[in-house]
Amino acid sequence: MQVEKYYYDNKIVKAFAYATMLFGIVGMLVGLLVAIQFYLPAATFNFAPTTFGRLRPLHTNAVIFAFVGNCMFMGIYYSLQRLCKARMFSDTLSWIHFWGWQAIIASAAITLLLGYTTGKEYAELEWPIDIAITLVWVVFGINMFGTILKRRERHLYVAIWFYIATWVTVAMLHIVNSIEMPVSLFKSYSWYAGVQDALVQWWYGHNAVAFFLTTPILGIMYYFLPKAANRPVYSYRLSIIHFWALIFLYIWAGPHHLLYTSLPDWAQSLGSVFSIMLIFPSWGGMLNGLFTLRGAWDKVREEPVLKFFVVAVTCYGMSTLEGPLLSIKSINAISHFTDWTIAHVHIGAMGWNGFMAFGLLYFLVPKMWNTTLYSKKLATNHFWLGTIGIVIYAIPMYWAGFTQAQMWKTFTEEGTLKFQFLETVTHIIPMYVTRSIGGALYLVGALMMVYNVIRTIAKGSFIANEAAEAAPLVKNENHGREYWHRVIERKPLMMLVVSLILVAIGGLLELIPTFLVKSNIPTIAQVKPYTPLELQGRDIYVREGCYTCHSQMVRPFRDEVARYGEYSKAGEFVYDHPFQWGSKRTGPDLAREGVGRLKKTDSWHYNHLLDPRLMSPGSIMPSYVFLLENTLDTSNTAAKINAMRTIGVPYPEGYENIANKELMAQANGIRIGLKMDKIETPAIAEVVALIAYLQRLGKDISTVPKEPTASR
Amino acid sequence: MKFVHYLDKITNINVYAFTSFGIFAFVFIVMLVYVFKTDKKTFQDISRIPLD
Repeated sequence: MQVEKYYYDNKIVKAFAYATMLFGIVGMLVGLLVAIQFYLPAATFNFAPTTFGRLRPLHTNAVIFAFVGNCMFMGIYYSLQRLCKARMFSDTLSWIHFWGWQAIIASAAITLLLGYTTGKEYAELEWPIDIAITLVWVVFGINMFGTILKRRERHLYVAIWFYIATWVTVAMLHIVNSIEMPVSLFKSYSWYAGVQDALVQWWYGHNAVAFFLTTPILGIMYYFLPKAANRPVYSYRLSIIHFWALIFLYIWAGPHHLLYTSLPDWAQSLGSVFSIMLIFPSWGGMLNGLFTLRGAWDKVREEPVLKFFVVAVTCYGMSTLEGPLLSIKSINAISHFTDWTIAHVHIGAMGWNGFMAFGLLYFLVPKMWNTTLYSKKLATNHFWLGTIGIVIYAIPMYWAGFTQAQMWKTFTEEGTLKFQFLETVTHIIPMYVTRSIGGALYLVGALMMVYNVIRTIAKGSFIANEAAEAAPLVKNENHGREYWHRVIERKPLMMLVVSLILVAIGGLLELIPTFLVKSNIPTIAQVKPYTPLELQGRDIYVREGCYTCHSQMVRPFRDEVARYGEYSKAGEFVYDHPFQWGSKRTGPDLAREGVGRLKKTDSWHYNHLLDPRLMSPGSIMPSYVFLLENTLDTSNTAAKINAMRTIGVPYPEGYENIANKELMAQANGIRIGLKMDKIETPAIAEVVALIAYLQRLGKDISTVPKEPTASR
Repeated sequence: MKFVHYLDKITNINVYAFTSFGIFAFVFIVMLVYVFKTDKKTFQDISRIPLD
């Protein structure tokens, strides 16, 4: 048969490789800065865009979507062409994808620093950017499926299945979680409220880890690890089991982020069970990767690429063992809200994603520039520095998490809590210092890689279009009796549909019962919509990313009830668009901040926001002096009330017309109260709205007549 | 306040949990049957695609 000559597009791979390195360094730099802020609050520079609450989403978005995202596209654009024996479907679409994605990253960086956020973790970007992500993702999908359809290789290698599952699931997750009600160009409210919002968010959040940080990188592993070791994958059979079991189980696991919260027990248990089952496919995949190197371990000693891949796959195994363990309720009771989670995610991000990206770059750059790596020794030094960096990062965080959880839960013999919350924070500051040293070492290693890559590029000659030859695919070839799976694996669109059905079943069965709850939530008559001033204050709370350090979820534990007050109920959150339960307690829980023992005066809050250390010596919270100076924008109050009413908050018709009048009346009340404490502030300052919101927290439930509460 | 376990109010709530496990078991078993019935040679050929 006549072979066809064609050319692989390396230019697009090069572009994504540059973007991977650039945003990797940026993401790590921001990470290092926020790590330093934990023991040096002055490192926020008293400047709104560089406070922790705004930088933390920037760090996570930069690492996930900019660094790992670009790395994923780099790996996919290189391997897909070769696995399909075809050039990408359309060069134009490739470049629209590339520049579209970089534009999204740039707009994300700017808007997050300016405080435009939806307040949902890893989905913070506002609605116009969400739409842009959808469009660029569709472009990527057309380009990918177009390439698969014009392939010259009959079988779809397992890596491509992972790419297809990634595309379809991320599309589904992104669209469902991003349904929001726009108020203005850069402000929207999540369509869901409270419990439902939490479930959708963590269904998304967990699967962002699964289908953005894991499945595409597993596809990359299945292509590049055999390639670098020059031997086929250990067991193709195992890779099939790995794929189907993984995508099916992952989609159910989201609720393990919400154990002991107000989420229904049913959904919590389901999340736990599927999470524990995930150990099997995950470890199957890890062992498949490591066993691929059987008989080739001598190469690992010599080859930095394999060194990075081996540690990456090992970290994947560690993370995927730890994840299910953290889904066991008794372990989660200790780990959740502490730095244990931070250690866990960084084993994944630095070890699995970071080291796969580094290995990939060390593999691809010499290949595409038709040369050898400038310095293997430097790459090996990078490997050791990175590995030591991960260890120095993770161990103190595990230690800090465990220590803090134990301190939270310790009672005196008299039955009172032994430690104030602040004591549990100041106690672990040495761990924060050590963690930042680990992060710094990791960053230095990455900079060494950039230098190595630059020198490699300088001595090589770039092959923009790499020539290849293959016979075209013969259509309608009769293979006699075939197993259904072989039919599926040859038909990419069918693969897409089957993958979508599997993940959609998981998603729907998990979400539907909780949506049905809407009509069944025990209405707590005392829970009322926020006043206009409180609503504005809540938006400031969301804008400043307070949820990145403060939870609003009292779990039904003896210590939490003793420390914060009555445990949280599902009915309390029916007007919370978005929910603000948080996932980490660097500061104390705020769900009962406005009532009981926790209630403080308005002037306490004012001074605390001015300088937290005035009221809580030793606090590591940033100063929010700018909130004292900023004037509250009340021009959008009516639009906000209207938007909230559209998504189900029962503000009466016409209320928007008197909302600002009520807002001013409440703000004046707070201003007068502050004046009596010798604090002069305009009623229209942002700080007044935030104080109003903080004083509201927990207030509704405190007016409910008491009945004996069940203990869990 | 009387905190009712509101999901109890959904008719036949257990059906969701059983369905989920049922679907999982079905897909997993069918996949295993396929994987172990396919001959080794086919898998060996496919697994060499990245190296060609």
